[in-house]
Amino acid sequence: MTDRHHHHDHVHAGDPHAPISDHGREPSFDYLVLERAVRELLIGKGVFTADEWRRQIELMDSRNPAVGARLVARAWVDPAFKQRLLADPKGAAAELGIDTTNTPEVAVVENTPDRHHLITCTLCSCYPKAILGIPPAWYKSDTYRARAVKDPRGVLREFGTELAPDVEIRVMDSTADLRYLVLPMRPPGTESLSEAELARLVTRDSMIGVAVARAPEPVR
Amino acid sequence: MSRFSPGDAVRVRNDWPETSGRRVHIRTPHFVRGREGVVERVLGTYPNPESLAFGQPGLPPQTLYQVRFAQAALFPDGTGNARDTLTADLYEHWLEAHP
Amino acid sequence: MSQSPRAQHDLGGVEPFASQPIDRAEHELTQFDKSVDAIMYLLSHPSRRLLRVDELRRAIESLTPAQYRDLAYYEKWLQGIHDLLLEKDVLHDEEVMLTCAAIREELMAKDKGGR
Repeated sequence: MTDRHHHHDHVHAGDPHAPISDHGREPSFDYLVLERAVRELLIGKGVFTADEWRRQIELMDSRNPAVGARLVARAWVDPAFKQRLLADPKGAAAELGIDTTNTPEVAVVENTPDRHHLITCTLCSCYPKAILGIPPAWYKSDTYRARAVKDPRGVLREFGTELAPDVEIRVMDSTADLRYLVLPMRPPGTESLSEAELARLVTRDSMIGVAVARAPEPVR
Repeated sequence: MSRFSPGDAVRVRNDWPETSGRRVHIRTPHFVRGREGVVERVLGTYPNPESLAFGQPGLPPQTLYQVRFAQAALFPDGTGNARDTLTADLYEHWLEAHP
Repeated sequence: MSQSPRAQHDLGGVEPFASQPIDRAEHELTQFDKSVDAIMYLLSHPSRRLLRVDELRRAIESLTPAQYRDLAYYEKWLQGIHDLLLEKDVLHDEEVMLTCAAIREELMAKDKGGR
């Protein structure tokens, strides 16, 4: 196998006309063929079964931001649960029936009036998949990975989020196997909402940190 | 027994294994190498990903630290305010004490 | 002007990416994407431990600059998984090539045969 370790490659100037996003498009024919070949060979050798493969796809489909939103809403209404969530996120998830066995460790970081967290993985695309499901394409993009650490306020602004200048933005680069989940602040005016209604205010983007939780619908 | 504690001032080694000619896998981002930070949390002890990546057991395990940096120090022409920070999770063998 | 000898995947603060607008479009995962993700999960599962996440990261970082730049996210994963499985003798080049050729023929015959 060719050694490809000459990593003093410098930045190749990006083509401004190339599509910025490379996600969600159908694979090239060669890779479509290769995927089927690799999968069929592995199943043929008994490495895993077709059933196990199907079940894993279904399991991944079931992991989505609504799962994280439930954790956040419970933490908002139950201070003791919040402490357990901060101390042991997987244990707290298990309390709500969320199975995170055989997934990387998760850490929850709490937004406060003084500090707002923004999560990225500049080296690849580490993300709390066990809680939130697959990350959005932009999170995995070269642009977000490059920009989040250097221009966090600009990134937030692109997502429609403006923070007061005296709020500390803490960008967290997930460089090891710890995956980070933001606990957004509970929006004001939500005292009378049920836990389920609160969960609907918690967006995926607020748990990554490019946004804050949504404001409640005005009551007539 | 971890070498550093929360609040300790540390400097990230200004090493560049990428230039050694060997195949390497490094989880210390380029923009923190040689930079000064403060240990925020001790995250536990883990096998070393630099050798796990080549099918080795990753021993001896290394203590992992969440290290906090001032954004303005890392990216002087970035848009971080004076108060803005950045953390990276770094392995002990990449850190040295900084008085 | 000094430039740090950073690896191609080490992108924090790197231009021109750090000055580009973010494409916020939501992209639905394709069946291909989900399948590759599932294959990696199964291969790295503690009951098999055929691949580690660290190895896949290393394999992707080792792609040629053209591959790293041009392949889609899960195409890079699949290339990395393929390269590692060959490296570890779980799969062999010849059987991969033969299987690919057979699949290619099947898909092209289907195409010619019409709907």
